[in-house]
Amino acid sequence: MKRPIRVVMAKAGLDGHDRGVKVVARALRDAGMEVIYTGVHQTPEQVVETALQEDADAIGVSLLSGAHNFIFPRIAELMKQKGMDDVLLFGGGIIPEADIPGLARVGVERIFQPGASLDEITKYVREAVPKRRGIAAR
Amino acid sequence: MSGDLLEKARAGDKRSTARLLTIVENDEPGAAAVLRALYPATGHAEIVGITGPPGGGKSTLVNRLAGAYRERAGKVAIVAVDPSSPFSGGAILGDRIRMRERFLDEGIFIRSMATRGHAGGLARASARVVNVLDALGTDVVLVETVGVGQEEVDVARVADTVCLVTVPGLGDDIQAIKAGVLEIADVLVVNKADRPGADETARDLAQMLSLAKDKPWKPPIVRTSAQTGEGVADLVGAIAKHRAWSRESGEYRERRQGAARAEVEELLREALLRKLEGRVGDGRLNAAVARVAERAIDPYAAVEELLGE
Repeated sequence: MKRPIRVVMAKAGLDGHDRGVKVVARALRDAGMEVIYTGVHQTPEQVVETALQEDADAIGVSLLSGAHNFIFPRIAELMKQKGMDDVLLFGGGIIPEADIPGLARVGVERIFQPGASLDEITKYVREAVPKRRGIAAR
Repeated sequence: MSGDLLEKARAGDKRSTARLLTIVENDEPGAAAVLRALYPATGHAEIVGITGPPGGGKSTLVNRLAGAYRERAGKVAIVAVDPSSPFSGGAILGDRIRMRERFLDEGIFIRSMATRGHAGGLARASARVVNVLDALGTDVVLVETVGVGQEEVDVARVADTVCLVTVPGLGDDIQAIKAGVLEIADVLVVNKADRPGADETARDLAQMLSLAKDKPWKPPIVRTSAQTGEGVADLVGAIAKHRAWSRESGEYRERRQGAARAEVEELLREALLRKLEGRVGDGRLNAAVARVAERAIDPYAAVEELLGE
């Protein structure tokens, strides 16, 4: 069963810088994925509810505000509460190296820092989603 | 597995509903069983279609309508369709951006769909997705099409009432869409009515309607500003009026009949195509395509050959 990967791309918290997330969304689109873009200033609750209703395979969160150590764990916690263990959570933005292991522990599988290439990101999503969801992606 | 999902979805579990919609959208194994189980429960929701050119404010208006319906209806669902890229097959589904006030409303379910190559303004599976939501106890389903031009009239087969959303300043474009999309409108909406030119647009539409006097239903023209919410109550009223007329005049039943026909024919086509594809096989198809490309045979001959005629 082959079908497009569905990804929710979100900006969470008080962070209105959405240029990067749009560039990534577009790259995922060009890689054949269906990207649900929610816009800026989302709460973790909104992001997770969106992914749930859209039956998304992955959630990508862009954070440039420094609130990553609050927002990512909250999203991961909500996902766990709703039984969304098979949904991939990844992120990107200005996130210091030192914080990444802590985020990985709460369930953020991968963080892309400034300089990450679009190829790297699309390749990651394309490979990580089928593994987690047990689906064949187109 | 889908039996369990059905039970949970019927009990109101949103994740199970979302999974069922995916199964139906992708036509996964089990899709037919899901629809078979749910079909008897369909036909209770009020289905409102929102269509119109890109950038006319459809999503913002749907957001307003959803809020208005929620004040009196228990459960509201939104099915929002955006185009797939003809090149990559990917899509940006961005209608939700205008609906964020609704994300956490327990009584609202929003599902975005990509057209996946279907050209009628909706996705191939949109009608089935609407059916699932209808069967699961949704009171009002708002179906938002892609931004349309002239010929995307699929929504008329899915919705009981179609609202065509236009905006001031499209000028001659109004004339251009006259033949297709305007004909399926049950309610005409001039959105962004706070902008200059709204009166002219409304007048143009009224004039256009005056040419079709023999039609039994005269679409009302409603001015709205989706941004401020002005006119939304009038729009809800106009939709209700059309619904009442449609029920009384028999139009409703006729439309449902048309929708059923379209659905059956569509499935029949898909089933036949699958059967044929299996019989023909990729190898033979590719070989025939190559010969057509070399001009060794013509496309008609290739088809005849593949079908073994």
